[in-house]
Amino acid sequence: MNIDNLVKMANQIGTFFEAEPDRDQALADIAGHIKRSWEPRMRRGLLDHIDRDSGGGVQVKDIVIESVRVHRESLQQGTQPAGTKQAH
Amino acid sequence: MSMIQEVDYGTPRSTSETLVTLEVDGVEVSVPQGTMLMRAAVDAGVMIPKLCATDSLEPFGSCRLCLVEIEGRKGYPASCTTPAEAGMKVRTQSPKLADLRRGVMELYISDHPLDCLTCPTNGNCELQTQAGVVGLREVRYGFEGANHFAEAKDESNPYFTYDPSKCIVCNRCVRACEETQGTFALTISGRGFESRVSPGQSQPFMESECVSCGACVNACPTATLTEKTIVAMGQADHSVITTCAYCGVGCGFKAEMKGNEVVRMVPWKDGRANEGHACVKGRFAWGYATHKDRMLKPMIRAKITDPWQEVSWDEALNHAAGEFRRIQAKYGRDSIGAINSSRCTNEETYLVQKLVRAAFGNNNIDTCARVCHSPTGYGLKQTLGESAGTQTFSSVDHADVILVIGANPTDAHPVFASRLKKRVRQGAKLIVVDPRTIELVSSPHIKADYHLKLRPGTNVAVVTAMAHVIVTEGLLDEAFIAERCEAKAFTEWREFVARPANSPEATEAATGVPAADLRAATRLYATGVDGHKNAAIYYGLGVTEHSQGSTTVIGIANLAMATGNVGREGVGVNPLRGQNNVQGSCDMGSFPHELPGYRHVSDTTTRNLFEQHWGVTLQSEPGLRIPNMFEAAHDGSFKGLYCQGEDIVQSDPNTQHVTEAMMAMECVVVQDIFLNETAKYAHVFLPGASFLEKDGTFTNAERRISRVTKVMPPKCGKADWEVTVALANALGYAMHYDHPSQIMDEIASLTPTFTGVSYAKIEQLGSIQWPCNDKAPEGTPTMHVDGFVRGKGKFIITQYVPTDEKVTRKYPLLLTTGRILSQYNVGAQTRRTENVQFYGEDILELHSHDAEERGINNGDWVGIESRAGQTVLRATISERMQPGVVYTTFHFPESGANVITTDNSDWATNCPEYKVTAVQVMPVAQPSEWQKSYQRFNTEQLALAQGSAAPAPASRANASVTAG
Repeated sequence: MNIDNLVKMANQIGTFFEAEPDRDQALADIAGHIKRSWEPRMRRGLLDHIDRDSGGGVQVKDIVIESVRVHRESLQQGTQPAGTKQAH
Repeated sequence: MSMIQEVDYGTPRSTSETLVTLEVDGVEVSVPQGTMLMRAAVDAGVMIPKLCATDSLEPFGSCRLCLVEIEGRKGYPASCTTPAEAGMKVRTQSPKLADLRRGVMELYISDHPLDCLTCPTNGNCELQTQAGVVGLREVRYGFEGANHFAEAKDESNPYFTYDPSKCIVCNRCVRACEETQGTFALTISGRGFESRVSPGQSQPFMESECVSCGACVNACPTATLTEKTIVAMGQADHSVITTCAYCGVGCGFKAEMKGNEVVRMVPWKDGRANEGHACVKGRFAWGYATHKDRMLKPMIRAKITDPWQEVSWDEALNHAAGEFRRIQAKYGRDSIGAINSSRCTNEETYLVQKLVRAAFGNNNIDTCARVCHSPTGYGLKQTLGESAGTQTFSSVDHADVILVIGANPTDAHPVFASRLKKRVRQGAKLIVVDPRTIELVSSPHIKADYHLKLRPGTNVAVVTAMAHVIVTEGLLDEAFIAERCEAKAFTEWREFVARPANSPEATEAATGVPAADLRAATRLYATGVDGHKNAAIYYGLGVTEHSQGSTTVIGIANLAMATGNVGREGVGVNPLRGQNNVQGSCDMGSFPHELPGYRHVSDTTTRNLFEQHWGVTLQSEPGLRIPNMFEAAHDGSFKGLYCQGEDIVQSDPNTQHVTEAMMAMECVVVQDIFLNETAKYAHVFLPGASFLEKDGTFTNAERRISRVTKVMPPKCGKADWEVTVALANALGYAMHYDHPSQIMDEIASLTPTFTGVSYAKIEQLGSIQWPCNDKAPEGTPTMHVDGFVRGKGKFIITQYVPTDEKVTRKYPLLLTTGRILSQYNVGAQTRRTENVQFYGEDILELHSHDAEERGINNGDWVGIESRAGQTVLRATISERMQPGVVYTTFHFPESGANVITTDNSDWATNCPEYKVTAVQVMPVAQPSEWQKSYQRFNTEQLALAQGSAAPAPASRANASVTAG
């Protein structure tokens, strides 16, 4: 999955929930939205990118990074490849 | 089978709750106060002769055929204009009345050609019938005097003729155009003997303002206005109730048939969505169903550069199934998916998502609502608790203020627009929020009280500024909020919207909306008129198709809750759905994260329910959305697609990106009635069935489930649901249904909002608005009456975030896209009808200021370039546009409107941002490179469909694309 697009989408989600006054709730809502609407390979792509901390391309917003840090376990759940041989 | 005959009560129904009792011909009858004698007589079982009266129109009292006698009163009043009163004794038959009626009829017939046997409406003509009823036996005046027999027909309209020689000047057509349609295109010109129906200023119909809705044809009691199909084919021998397959209004129709051929489609009077009205698409543009371009044989090919090979159904289905299984074995379970169609029935969309979840074993199912109303599903679910509009269409009859945001109903939802305009003519106030001066802003007898002409992409700023005004000017419905909404969320929201940064003055520079106008419009929305406070919001794709589409939907729900405008008639939040079954396809679990009934796939209880019924283990993680499928195809992890009834290559944004994704897949299976743009990238083609060829149901924008009825056998041998069943079986997952009613029974057994739905009940009630269950056995016209579906309504903060599509020196204009009345979506249907006479190509509309700056004249070819691509269209200079904003439609594939649109999408749902693309527009002399390439590719693909090799080396399709 194109990581720049994934980061852009994650940042858009982060921007929406960043307006919430309760930051803990915002962090939970960002992770919750990604968990509930992103297919596992997309979540895996975002998590891998944040882990690599590549610095290139589109920058991940701080609030998204924080949300991923706090709610990593939930986001990671179910992202293991399914079926037989994978494309990459 | 027989013709369905509806009773014409002559005058409209009165809605009064007070009854008056009278006698008609000795029969006592009680009717609502305000009922005219003509209608009261029908209730008493008496049909009074009439010509100028019909129950869809206000009484007119011109034909003098419906005269009656009333005990104790002098004279012979017209029963159509005389209200029933308590104690009246009415006599409809007497020698004097018979004399009077015969005299009137004699005058009519003296100027009417007596060619009944060769007349297209012979046997179905009210004049003929009433001449028989009144017992006319002679015309004493003869036929030699002045008459209109020689007047020429107007055959300019492609769908109906106007024969003035048959006209009795009853005014029904004129009144239908005014009252029913609201276009005011017709009038009566001349006086006395010279009186004739006149479209526009005595112009041919096609040159007038007529929008070809057919209301005049429907209202005509003679052969003056007649469908050309009736003239050509004769009258039908039977009729069947079904539902239109065009927009989200979901009009009920009588398909009038001769054997297996449609003679005409007549709007069904008892259809609750349309109540006897229609538009040019549903009424007339159905010829595509039998167009020569219909593809009727299954076909396969290894590469998209190969000629198509016709094969049997079994071979095509086994080949598709084999390919899908091969791909899954090689690339993994999640490497394939499906897209179902809002143009197909509920039962068909349900089956496709079932096939994906049960036979593919993943959740990679999506639907075209992704690119239109997915933000509606998200925004309304979060705030109100249900992913659907809150009202019936007829609710607008009770609205005092109507707020239309990002919708152009006169073009995209014309039958509802007629209803809305009628309400405005009755006095309701109208606020339009739209970048363009759409028809509702100013049209005959309609003028919006406020037009907030915002810049594209600033919806959230406008809606939040309206909330600011409501909060800071003390316009909140505090009692409603305290009782019905979450307190903490409301407090946080109130603090947010009250910030000075959200005021109309602060946002004016971004939105372009004068603060004073926004404040005044908001006060009108929040407070109503003279104590009448019902305010209703209607919105469309101008709201959803933005990077903040979901945020605007949330903002709209906030406005309705803040002012207490939810939970009764005349108010509410009303998404105007794009295609006929957008609501239904979403209801049926067509999103990759939701099972039928909007239940998340992670919900174990729901999953268990389906697992038990379907006999499989279901995945608990969401699948890929359409744009995610394209992304995954690009990166090599998505290799196979089953696409039923959608044309993603034409309709989805950034065409080049989509076609590259298509070419990266190893097996694309397209099921459609035509070789659409997507099929040109397919390896398996499965022919589809039109809405006339199958049974099922559609669910319209008001949650109304209506029957779609098979009126002819599927031309390709199978209805679409049968093809999905066969594909599932070929994949090794057993499906067995004898009739779509069994599929609905399964849906009802698994979906709490549908438990009371069955074909038998739809038949009994005519249609059903869900939820329909034990709590609401006859359905739910108005939602959230005593409480919100989610319990308490939830206010959510709507921070405005400007889109990434910003104007620059290189791209100084904003392009927004939309629809026009006569064409529908990708145009696959309407382009194959005479509707091309109304609109034969996509054009670019721009303001005179922008045109002048660039040296562009009306009709010039102009190149439109965005960051995504370039295309060329003809320009039309239009004051409907504001400077800096240009507009086009996307009905013709060769236009390449979506070559220009970008990958930007809604933050919550990935709904594309069709409505905002930064572009430059310049005069050009030739088509764009993409258009030239498209022309070559299209020619090649059409040749391949004929079974011959491509006439020239493949151009864009020369990638190494194999089916394995």
